[in-house]
Amino acid sequence: MPLPSPDKTMSLREAVAAFVRDGDTVALEGFTHLIPTAAGHEIIRQGRRDLTVVRMTADIVVDQLLAGGCVRTLVSSFVGNSSAGSLGELRRRIEHADPEPLEFQEYSHYGMICRYLAGAQRLPFYPLRSYAGSDLPRVNPAIRTVTSPYDGEQVAVVPPLNPDVTIIHAQRADRSGNTQIWGLTGVQAEAVFAAEKAIVVVEEIVPAEVVRSDPNRTVVPAHAVDAVVECPRGAHPSFAQGYYDRDNAFYRAWSGISKDRARLTAWMAEWVYGTAGHAEYVARLGDEHWAGLAVGEALSEPVNYGRRL
Amino acid sequence: MTAVPTASEILSVVASRELAGKRTVFAGIGLPTLAASLAHLTVAPDLEIVYESGVCGAHPSHLPETIADAVLVTGAEAVLPMPALFGYVLQGGHIDVGFLGAAQIDRWGNLNSSVIGDWHSPKVRLPGPGGATEVMANSREVFVVMRRHEPRSFVDELDFCTSPGPDRALADGGKPSGLGVTRVITGLGILARGGPGEELRLVARHPGVTVEQVRAATGWPLEVAGDVPVIEPPGEAELRLLREDVDPERVYLR
Repeated sequence: MPLPSPDKTMSLREAVAAFVRDGDTVALEGFTHLIPTAAGHEIIRQGRRDLTVVRMTADIVVDQLLAGGCVRTLVSSFVGNSSAGSLGELRRRIEHADPEPLEFQEYSHYGMICRYLAGAQRLPFYPLRSYAGSDLPRVNPAIRTVTSPYDGEQVAVVPPLNPDVTIIHAQRADRSGNTQIWGLTGVQAEAVFAAEKAIVVVEEIVPAEVVRSDPNRTVVPAHAVDAVVECPRGAHPSFAQGYYDRDNAFYRAWSGISKDRARLTAWMAEWVYGTAGHAEYVARLGDEHWAGLAVGEALSEPVNYGRRL
Repeated sequence: MTAVPTASEILSVVASRELAGKRTVFAGIGLPTLAASLAHLTVAPDLEIVYESGVCGAHPSHLPETIADAVLVTGAEAVLPMPALFGYVLQGGHIDVGFLGAAQIDRWGNLNSSVIGDWHSPKVRLPGPGGATEVMANSREVFVVMRRHEPRSFVDELDFCTSPGPDRALADGGKPSGLGVTRVITGLGILARGGPGEELRLVARHPGVTVEQVRAATGWPLEVAGDVPVIEPPGEAELRLLREDVDPERVYLR
């Protein structure tokens, strides 16, 4: 008989309480798709402070974490509200140190990816063909240059990133943490493997047999995962391919909400502090809202993994 | 009778023509998406459109609203994780044309998308590089589409260089592989350069625009090609495809 797989399921409140401490470096990944918004809101509700937040595309959830007073340092390669506008709280922090300065470490996308790659593989640095002639190394001393020991070429390098905890959102996982993602898989696996601890938040927890019927779809295996949280619609306003669509109207609205401190405070009071958890946030948005984000079916053709006769 | 083309339509059509014969294009959302989609239907039927989110060979049922829109995934030829997209596809040298935008551009085609003012205490904090640093460093050539052609965006000196072209990279000890920016398509005309060592110069203008007007809108002494032809306005067929097939709901054709 095989040993039973450990059950790592817990509530979002329990997972954040157990794995996110004040002062931690917390990576939240998901490239437009599967952004762990519900987890971000729970960090705000629990009042975490002095976090170093790492996120390639620091968008709405980062603006909210900033507004919640959780963040001392931000590490990112894109600080905008997608193509829908800008981030009011982030701009106040950077442009006017209002209400306090934000320590910001700027990289390009591949610089961030390479930091995760080095972190996941426990390498001292990672080389890339970027940054020659750019002003980014001038304002980010962590971006350096080394000489290739093989042909003498000068090449840029970035340091490894090893978050205390990485949080990702995914479509489904089994109870031990084998995590399946389809559609845009981004840099989630690298961010999980780079971290000391990892929380996976999923649309649904499925039986182990479902995962094992399609092992190629498992982006993160259970051994890299510490907590599994079932949290349907936990990526809103981003999307989960095949589950619900991106709430583009919310993205467009966010620029106006966050530009005005009073509106932002009221929004946070209603939707984050004023909800006990994500289920209440989902319920408050209402059935009609969710119906507007519903998606139709587009099933993949099954593949034959074969079996020995 | 066809309605008078809008500025967005003109830019999309002109940019699409520049994609003739190209095989792979790395497109952002908005005008680059329109240009690439139109080119796919006209001058570049074999064009593979690659998106920064990891989608290669997108065949969307609807016009995408972001580079990571779900409609780009469903029906796509491939969806790659980010290390593969940036490492193998882009840095590996598979992209013919990268499309970029920026807040500022200089005469060598270096771009700023990070800040206006000093980086440490900026007047305006912009979204930053995203993948633009890599698109510039690794695409064979780069097209820039800028709606507004004015001295504050076409600058003598960048406030900050986010995405350096090959001249700056070479001067800094780098080993650039691509040509950098070769085409800048604006509301006034087209600036072009052949590659490293060459400045952008005016090579074409839209109907009704004078060379002097473009010079006045450019923040450096702009070189002008001996003969500056007038750009052929969008044709009936191009406009019909753009309006009826590419962006029927006029999401970007505002």
